[in-house]
Amino acid sequence: MQQVLDVLIISTKAFFGPLAVFYALMAIGLNVHFGYTGLLNFGQIGFAMLGGFGIAISVTTYGLPFAVGVLVGLLAAVLFALLLGLPTLRLRADYLAIVTIAAAEILRLLFRSVSATPITGATRGLSGFSGDFYALSPFETSARYTILGARWSGRELWVVSVGWTLVALGCLAVWLLMRSPWGRVIKAIREDEDAARSLGKNVYAYKMQSLILGGIFGALGGMIYALATSSANPDQYQSANTFLAYAALILGGTARVLGPVIGAMIFWFLLAFTESGLVELTGADGIIPPEILSSTDVAQIRFVLVGLGLMTLLIFRPQGIFGDRREVMLDAR
Amino acid sequence: MPAEFSMRTSPLRDVASQVGVAKPDPAIVVDDVTRTFGGLVAVQVEHLEFQRGCITGLIGPNGAGKTTLFNLLTGFDQANSGRWTFDGKPLAKLPPHRVARLGVVRTFQLTKALSRLSVLDNMMLGATGQRGESMWRALLPGMWRGQEREVEDRANELLERFKLDTKRADFAGTLSGGQRKLLEMARALMSQPKVVMLDEPMAGVNPALTQSLLEHVKDLREQGMTVVFVEHDMDVVRDISDWVVVMAAGKVIAESPPESISHNKEVVDAYLGAHHDAPLTVEEEDKVLAEAEAVIRAERAAQAEALDAAAREPL
Ligand SMILES: Nc1ncnc2c1ncn2[C@@H]1O[C@H](COP(=O)(O)OP(=O)(O)OP(=O)(O)O)[C@@H](O)[C@H]1O
Ligand SMILES: [Mg+2]
Repeated sequence: MQQVLDVLIISTKAFFGPLAVFYALMAIGLNVHFGYTGLLNFGQIGFAMLGGFGIAISVTTYGLPFAVGVLVGLLAAVLFALLLGLPTLRLRADYLAIVTIAAAEILRLLFRSVSATPITGATRGLSGFSGDFYALSPFETSARYTILGARWSGRELWVVSVGWTLVALGCLAVWLLMRSPWGRVIKAIREDEDAARSLGKNVYAYKMQSLILGGIFGALGGMIYALATSSANPDQYQSANTFLAYAALILGGTARVLGPVIGAMIFWFLLAFTESGLVELTGADGIIPPEILSSTDVAQIRFVLVGLGLMTLLIFRPQGIFGDRREVMLDAR
Repeated sequence: MPAEFSMRTSPLRDVASQVGVAKPDPAIVVDDVTRTFGGLVAVQVEHLEFQRGCITGLIGPNGAGKTTLFNLLTGFDQANSGRWTFDGKPLAKLPPHRVARLGVVRTFQLTKALSRLSVLDNMMLGATGQRGESMWRALLPGMWRGQEREVEDRANELLERFKLDTKRADFAGTLSGGQRKLLEMARALMSQPKVVMLDEPMAGVNPALTQSLLEHVKDLREQGMTVVFVEHDMDVVRDISDWVVVMAAGKVIAESPPESISHNKEVVDAYLGAHHDAPLTVEEEDKVLAEAEAVIRAERAAQAEALDAAAREPL
């Protein structure tokens, strides 16, 4: 019984943890891109990396104030969106997909290259940029707080408080935007660009706005991630993260304000639940013998299990948790 | 009043039935427009004018280039060459949304209903000059709420006229083919255009509704709108057009009032496949034979002359 409770406590912490924030913010951005505008951005992690490294490079490499670092990160994301969008947004949707995933990889390889060492720290990355951020914390950094049985350090609490505040503000902005005439144009572009054009809408400009907006959410996610780990390393920003964020988005339901957030929370809850559950089951007094599953395989096998779970969900509930089934069924006509 | 209404005299009554003829008050003027796809000449129009405030029917066999001409005029396709103007303003090279903002709005032959938007949202999208369509103002509902209500009222009015009011809250993707045609036409009217270009608006619409749609199109004319529409049903064309333009193989082959269009030989040929499949008469056979003999004789004479010339050449 105690073991079950432990597993639940660990999973609940993951439900609210910094990783859930990171993926929620990335997925909110992807929801703007893909869910509302129909843009296939497979390079969201590139935006996140620019956010994280925006702070890290400004503060650690150049000794600038933390606030400047945040601005630099956001500005870099805007520029990245322009760079990706200018050549591709006039073309068909698949071009953007290819260009974004390539650009995110190029950016990562550039940041980890030896010649970039003086600026990005290459494969060792950068650290020591989060001091100013934690200095703002109202929580005692070294103290431990117990919430719902889980132990949180003051640092963690501060990061997730800021993170969930950002998520809440982001959701509010998306909600306001998507119920406005602006949102109507954005959704019309997702349905049929030419129809929107024939009614006098500057589709290119709207797509660009959407790409920038969603990219900013990605950058904010990357900042939270860098601050939570107090380090920025190019190899933390692998493209797989983009796809996990997509998984979270689709799990929660696309084109729903809360879809990406709940999706990310449940996704990390499930990952933590299967992991800690399997650890318990394969442990010394567990019931799964090591011949079948050794405890070292747990980290990998949890993704397999969660993946299977996602597939089952999409078979029985293709619209995700929050989605509208009627919308999904329209495509079948 | 109705008597006077039916006696409507077309401003085009004195215009000659002649390709490229000048109209008294043209809204759209097209000059030397060509569009080729590889070796295929899809559109090649030397001069064409669409009269303001009139309904012009654009007809022609399948593949004549009607849709391509629409695409060119509204900026959805790029011409190889040519100029065209609306109210004297050049439209060539303008992107589609700029053309639409000038008041030239088109519908599509293959309807473009925005499936996962409600019918009402489809309509409201059509309104122009919406303040809330700017990203910053969108965040401040106070800035656009009032206008939004006006737009919604207008949308509801139009939906009622097009008999779609009961579908208001449904996803547009659930509409039938004919209903989508109606929605698209109504949506185009939301922008209060000066020129509407309808690509086969009646295709797939049931006859009873076609009648009321036709009345509606005539209404647009009464409001001073210029209407250009593509249609294959000649009864419809005869019923509402003031002027008919016939295209075949990319060219305008005839222009005239609707009453006289079916007497035009070019038009009959274009639709019925001209001389090619008609059997040859005896006189025609003789003529072809005579022509062939003449060609052979001419060739022989040329050969003989060449030989002569070679013989006379000094050694
Ligand atoms: N994008 C394209 N690529 C290649 N050929 C094209 C393209 N668009 C049109 N065409 C060709 O141009 C010609 C004119 O086509 P268009 O669609 O304008 O005909 P239409 O008059 O509208 O015919 P319909 O009455 O069948 O709608 C056709 O032969 C068509 O095959
Ligand atoms: Mg056509």
